[in-house]
Amino acid sequence: MATYQLNVNGERKEVTVDPSTPLLWVLREEFNMTGTKYGCGISACGACTVHVAGVATRSCMLPVSLVGERPVVTIEAMGKDPVGRAVQDAWVEKDVVQCGYCQSGQIMSAVALLKHTRKPTDANIEESMGGNICRCGTYVRIREAIKTAAQRL
Amino acid sequence: MPLTNTNTNDLTLISRRNFLRASATAAGGLLLALYLDSPSAAQEKSQPPSKPKVYPPDAFVEIRPDGKIVIQVNRLEFGQGVHTALPMILADEMDADWSQVVAELAPAADVYKDPLFGIQLVGGSGSIAHSFQQYRELGARARALLVAAAAARWKVTPEQCRTEQSVVYGPSGQSARYAELASEAARGTVPASVTLKNPSEFRLVGKRVKRLDSGPKCDGSLKFGLDLNLTNMKVAIVAHPPVFGAKVRSFDDKEARAVEGVRDVFEIPVARGGTGVAIVADKFWPAKQGRDRLKIEWDSSGVERADTSQLWSKYRELARTRGNVAVARGDAQAVERIAASRRLVAEYEFPYLAHTPMEPLNTTVRFDGERAEVWVGSQFQTGDQAAIAEVLGLKPEQVTFHTEMAGGGFGRRATPDSHVQREAAEIAKRMRAVPVKLVWTREDDVRGGYYRPMHLHRVEIGLGADGMPAAWRHVIVGQSIIADTPFAMMMKDNIDPTTVEGVNDTQYDIPNFHLSAHHPKVNVPVLWWRSVGHTHSAFVMETLIDELAARARVDPFAYRRRLLKPEAKKLRAALDLMEAQSASWRRSLPKNHALGIACHESFGTGVACAVDVSIEKKRPRIHRATVAVNCGLAVNPLTIESQFQAGTAFGLSQLMAKGAITLRNGIVEQRNFDGYVPPYMPDAPVSVDVHIVPSTEAPSGCGEPPVPVISPAVVNALARLTGKRYRSLPLVTL
Repeated sequence: MATYQLNVNGERKEVTVDPSTPLLWVLREEFNMTGTKYGCGISACGACTVHVAGVATRSCMLPVSLVGERPVVTIEAMGKDPVGRAVQDAWVEKDVVQCGYCQSGQIMSAVALLKHTRKPTDANIEESMGGNICRCGTYVRIREAIKTAAQRL
Repeated sequence: MPLTNTNTNDLTLISRRNFLRASATAAGGLLLALYLDSPSAAQEKSQPPSKPKVYPPDAFVEIRPDGKIVIQVNRLEFGQGVHTALPMILADEMDADWSQVVAELAPAADVYKDPLFGIQLVGGSGSIAHSFQQYRELGARARALLVAAAAARWKVTPEQCRTEQSVVYGPSGQSARYAELASEAARGTVPASVTLKNPSEFRLVGKRVKRLDSGPKCDGSLKFGLDLNLTNMKVAIVAHPPVFGAKVRSFDDKEARAVEGVRDVFEIPVARGGTGVAIVADKFWPAKQGRDRLKIEWDSSGVERADTSQLWSKYRELARTRGNVAVARGDAQAVERIAASRRLVAEYEFPYLAHTPMEPLNTTVRFDGERAEVWVGSQFQTGDQAAIAEVLGLKPEQVTFHTEMAGGGFGRRATPDSHVQREAAEIAKRMRAVPVKLVWTREDDVRGGYYRPMHLHRVEIGLGADGMPAAWRHVIVGQSIIADTPFAMMMKDNIDPTTVEGVNDTQYDIPNFHLSAHHPKVNVPVLWWRSVGHTHSAFVMETLIDELAARARVDPFAYRRRLLKPEAKKLRAALDLMEAQSASWRRSLPKNHALGIACHESFGTGVACAVDVSIEKKRPRIHRATVAVNCGLAVNPLTIESQFQAGTAFGLSQLMAKGAITLRNGIVEQRNFDGYVPPYMPDAPVSVDVHIVPSTEAPSGCGEPPVPVISPAVVNALARLTGKRYRSLPLVTL
């Protein structure tokens, strides 16, 4: 067990866990921030995507001991982020979600894309979103919602 | 049992035909099995059929003082949209203000059982089809109570009142909000019969209404079963046997118990007579670390070690013999009398498929010795509640059962043996008074069985001089899903209807049609996978029909139309609409692109699909899909559009290069999304336009029907590009 100081959504948070504990489980079980989802545990589905120092990162394989000072941003903070808000609004407007379980991760990947590429092409979208599985298969509407959000930014 | 009512419009009741159709699906079998056993169903059964069941509106609708109208949804929501559509139906008849409607998933209780199945279950794409009438009547009865209360207050007749947006208006300008009338209305007598709206009077039904659950699913606030966090809750993970049904011979838990946070380690019974080792810890990660450190000796003696390559050999042999006969129309030997030059023999192979819903399977149980409380995203509350009660030595009614929102399911959350819930109950039994959340890791899910069965189809076709099929002999080999389950009584002539559906009821008019099936017993648990038998039957039928059309040098639309039965009106209308809507792009396909089409009817819904496909990086690239749907009255066209857009991506799971579960020496070879890979965005169509055939017939299913058509449509396009016929899935190479 070791104690870590984390910067999550702009707040200092302290946690004492085994150093191997993935950031995902620290968020979900230590901080009760369950918007970030467990889907595979091997960085293959993207349900656990958060931003670490602004980069879309799979939190399921990132040990808490390696996070360090880098700021962590999760789905719970997206409502206060202008790009996050635009993406969430577009998602609701386009009625994207079905079961919804993957959508936190989809939105975090989409926001990371739009922060770097304000007017993404279809190829940009496929590249950035290409590691997020939606088992319901809502990809057509995800693509439309990203374009809608991009138009407003 | 169909509901009856003073339904004065032309929207028919759930018809006998639909009832029979439903009973020919996996879910329907449960109906027969459990309906007869259930005392309440027996009671209903003894009633004359003319006497309708009156559902108590107060179990479904609550009008709160602040004007909120809370509607109970008697089904699991796991993406399909009933959490919005059922409240729409009720709110429409009630004339409720939609902006004030809140939907809740109902717990397990008799009143929430499917009116046709007699159990609480999502299956057979029946949620809207079975509960459309029920929710309309509930809404109309709630409205009638409110109007009666207002009329009494104003000393007028109910007929003098009208309603709109949660307000009753009287003849002399009086008005009262539903919330003001609620307590008076609650004292009224529920009318036995009510008049329902004409379709032209619908305000919500038939409109593109957005989902009620979007917001909390986009900001991370919606709690799925896996997100549950109860006071003092523990997390459990189970080490499952590597071979189905194997048992723990011995285990060493010293290192596992040394992990900080691990609280207990013990053996429990698991599915198929096997045993496993449960690790209970404070949190997920220590439970996982504990499991990784367990040393277990397994005893797999006396357990069959299934091996897919050996199974294929066995299946191939079986397919050369006649199975149990499902359909024998005309002359079974006719095919042999047709000249070899006009005969075609085709063998198709379909692998085991895992469902892999995004939210891993989980169940939380708290057992205090006399009662239990359960939280689970269950497709099958009635069975899961009974199974948990059985393990804990309780009666089902002593198990309070909360239905949690679920992250997908596709059939995986409706298991006849409730094996996940039984594991959770076994753990809770030991951890008395402590709530325990059992989590199946993704590895448990991929390796854990309950797959779409592998199938082999062998088809011999004899063509007439006109190029149309004159004789068709079809043998299907595949495990039965329902044999040895409570659903088994739905077997007919030793045939599992879910194996042959889509072939036995083909909409094509083929003389001399013979279909038989073998159901080998294999030590691999199998289960319905979204659209069940249609996952493979539609692929076989629609690729063969396309091949026959090409061979006859007839346009694939014209060939299908010529072969469709005159009574296949629903499917024909879908095919016509698809042809019209895809006309513009079909005629101007870019170079190296090809068109593929398919049509299929399942769960009462006719679907036709056209795709524009090219080959990129040796994989199919689907630039566009046009889908036409004939599902009767479209309750929420927006949801239907979404289901059909996304359902195409789900259907493409079958074509993925790593889209198969295989076993070697009894052990599943895939572990996670690295070895068993579902479609990602680039694998799905870039765009899908969905068109709905206008209809005021009773609504039919939209959850499963999107799945069957896409794979054959894509493969038909590939055949045009490569000249090859693809009969073995997944598509490892093109």
